[in-house]
Amino acid sequence: MTVPLASYLLVALILFCIGLYGALTKRNAVIVMLSMELMLNAVNINLVAFAKFGAFANLTGQIFSLFSITLAAAEVAVGLAILISLYRNRRTVNVDEMDLLKR
Amino acid sequence: MSGQFVAFFILSLLTIGGAVFMISLQKVVHQVVALAFSFLSIAGLYVMLEAEFVAVTQVLVYAGSISILMLFGIMLTRHDAQDDEGRGKFKFLAFVVVAAFFVLVFMGIQTMNIEGTPANFSQQNNVLEIGKLMFSQYVIPFEIMSVLLLVALIGAIILAKREADDK
Repeated sequence: MTVPLASYLLVALILFCIGLYGALTKRNAVIVMLSMELMLNAVNINLVAFAKFGAFANLTGQIFSLFSITLAAAEVAVGLAILISLYRNRRTVNVDEMDLLKR
Repeated sequence: MSGQFVAFFILSLLTIGGAVFMISLQKVVHQVVALAFSFLSIAGLYVMLEAEFVAVTQVLVYAGSISILMLFGIMLTRHDAQDDEGRGKFKFLAFVVVAAFFVLVFMGIQTMNIEGTPANFSQQNNVLEIGKLMFSQYVIPFEIMSVLLLVALIGAIILAKREADDK
């Protein structure tokens, strides 16, 4: 008897909802990026779970999750570079005050 | 109650607990450390799903480099204490939206019915099989991903570089 697929999906869903709430409500840009990482992780859990329990269970889901981990690393690097250059110019990490394009 | 259920329960509790602490703690460094715990337990969940290579990659990339990169980002910028007055209405709205999303997807998970037998990866060498697939069937996405990493590297350097006139 193994742990069913729905339990993994439920854990991933809870993680995604926490990440979505954090990305919508937090004002610190670093925390918003961390919340996005949390959402990407929830997606990865789903991919790996379906690689084991899906209708055509094979290794493709694991390979796809490897690609998505790589993508997340690239995203964090570019995001932090944008954050640091923005901090250098505006002296803030608050997402509310990052409104140069709205003015 | 088999050992697998106990392991799953503990790992998922650590994962969700780390995420909840990430949302609720006040200091930014504490939030990153809580999230690192969450990343490590997600690696444990991957081991339970017989994806050992993905688990090791998760520890290396997420718990190792992304957490450290975030800590660098925090150290290089200044963080004042959060003042969240006057945002209660927006927070409530966001909570309602997220709760509605949760209920919808939860109902979808409950009514989902997947035919087919679970794969048994434990008989084969996980790293060997992933390597074979990665360098035969998925070699073009692999190469595109390396180009993407190069672009991200150069882009991050150019974006974070100090401009010439503000010495």
